[in-house]
Amino acid sequence: MVDVTERAKQLRDVAYYPGCALEGSGNGYDVSTRAIAYALGLNLRDVKDWNCCGAMEVKNIDPKVQTYLSSRVLSQAVNKTKNNIVMAPCNGCYHNLKKAEYDLAHDENSREIIDKLSTKAGHQTYEAGQAETIHALDWIKETIGEEGLRERTKGKLAGLKIANYYGCMYVRPRHIFPEKDQGPGSESTSKPHFMDDLLSAAGAENVEFPLKTACCGGAHTLSDSDMSTKLVLNILQAAEASGAEVIATECPTCHSGLEMHQIRAEKRYGKKTNVRILYFTQLLGLALGIGPRKLGIHTNISDSIDFLREKGLT
Amino acid sequence: MPIHEKSLIRPENITSHDELVIEGVDVSGHWSTFIETRVISDYNEEMEQEIAALPGGEHIHRCWQCGSCTNSCTVHAIEPRFNPRYWIYLIRTGMESELLRDKDIIWQCVSCNKCTYACPRDVVPEGVMKATAHWLEMKGHVPESPSMTFDKIFTEQIVEHGRIEDTKVLMQFMKRTNQPLMQDWLKQIVMNIGMRLPVKWGLRSAWNFVFHPRVSGWKKAGAALEDYINEVEQHHKSALGDNKSKVATDNAGQRQLRAAE
Ligand code: SF4
Ligand code: SF4
Repeated sequence: MVDVTERAKQLRDVAYYPGCALEGSGNGYDVSTRAIAYALGLNLRDVKDWNCCGAMEVKNIDPKVQTYLSSRVLSQAVNKTKNNIVMAPCNGCYHNLKKAEYDLAHDENSREIIDKLSTKAGHQTYEAGQAETIHALDWIKETIGEEGLRERTKGKLAGLKIANYYGCMYVRPRHIFPEKDQGPGSESTSKPHFMDDLLSAAGAENVEFPLKTACCGGAHTLSDSDMSTKLVLNILQAAEASGAEVIATECPTCHSGLEMHQIRAEKRYGKKTNVRILYFTQLLGLALGIGPRKLGIHTNISDSIDFLREKGLT
Repeated sequence: MPIHEKSLIRPENITSHDELVIEGVDVSGHWSTFIETRVISDYNEEMEQEIAALPGGEHIHRCWQCGSCTNSCTVHAIEPRFNPRYWIYLIRTGMESELLRDKDIIWQCVSCNKCTYACPRDVVPEGVMKATAHWLEMKGHVPESPSMTFDKIFTEQIVEHGRIEDTKVLMQFMKRTNQPLMQDWLKQIVMNIGMRLPVKWGLRSAWNFVFHPRVSGWKKAGAALEDYINEVEQHHKSALGDNKSKVATDNAGQRQLRAAE
């Protein structure tokens, strides 16, 4: 039991890997993550000179290029940022770093290629086991926890009905997340609940939402827009049917996919949905009494300012 | 019905006769619905090996046709013709002409990995879909898919700068696929946020637009990646070419053997 507090202490000071999306369309996620870190007294050290993890696209050119890109991020964290816990709020980044970790631990061929590329690129080769990648959900859950949030938020989100949407990359494929599905207390890959836990600790009411890990079509958001719109519309309508007023997200690709295709569904198919879309960090920020602008809520495409005012949250 | 017989019950394979008597038994009407005999002689024996040689296709041989992939598939729910289990069957048996009937939708896999999660044999059907889409393009059966165009633009940007910018990827993609940048829905999005955003945000985006975010010390990494990608591409091309000539000579050898018998 000693290591629980020991670990919580360790996680209070992590290497932070925002990734490309959080510098662009997912800026509200970055701003709100930093804002709650500050409010909760958690330290984020940006990974020095980080690069793109390879997102969902690079592996289709060659999977090893993706492994290399992610391994360079881990190498920068360990060797340049001097921190071996890497916190990545973006599902895509989180997934790719985990996948690189798995590949390097299990595949000799990957190790060779990554070593060759790293040497050519002039930096230290990342070796499996040197770092641990965690998601923003793990980070809050393990440092502050439900108890801590309950104390600090005083149930401020009471009366807010939320559908928690986790998407694909946070849970699939299962083998790259060895810490999940380990019984009570661990995250589940079929019915994830970490976001539910945190938001309900902040007072929100989580609705029974069957599409937590459905796909939003993010990989083809532009190249096959009609498919994405159909998939997103399905998620939005299911959330509304479950009685949700807000969909909480934990990934910039899912988030902007939901927002963009909510508008596209209305424009192209005349299907309007009213459910609001907010990052879970924005919701936690509001619960902690941080103003919506400081959480980047006005930079979201989905307009929820008036709604939040009605709910007494701004 | 076994999945490999699926193709038999297409309308063009079914015949019926209004009046038909066979050996004195009247089988008119719906009793006279027959499935045409099918003879397949043009199996492509290299297809499985070629697809297995492309990234993602490695484990295709493990498939035991349980159907869990199709059953869990995101795209299948929207487009019933999208059927990973069936395509894996066709690839493994070499039924190329049947596979080519679906050539225009295989690239639509959204990489959700529901199939990978469900597959009891670790086939990684998601990878097989990507490898198959790749194979179709390399063989010239289909033009480059919008998804591949997107992946290429994306990767080029990373090789060059180390990071990507979503606005730049979006603009290049629309340009290369000849789509107008200002789609009605994109316009709506820009208007929606434009109304609410402070001037500062606009300035920041403009700044990023002119001064691209760069990763210091990226040059060497970018060069290493560029070399590696070229090498891999060469390798894929020759894997497809080599297999072909190898199997062709094998086949020729067998023909000679048969002729000798
Ligand atoms: S789930 Fe796996 S084993 Fe079953 S049909 Fe699909 S690929 Fe084959
Ligand atoms: S990864 Fe592709 S093939 Fe697999 S379930 Fe998703 S859409 Fe279907």
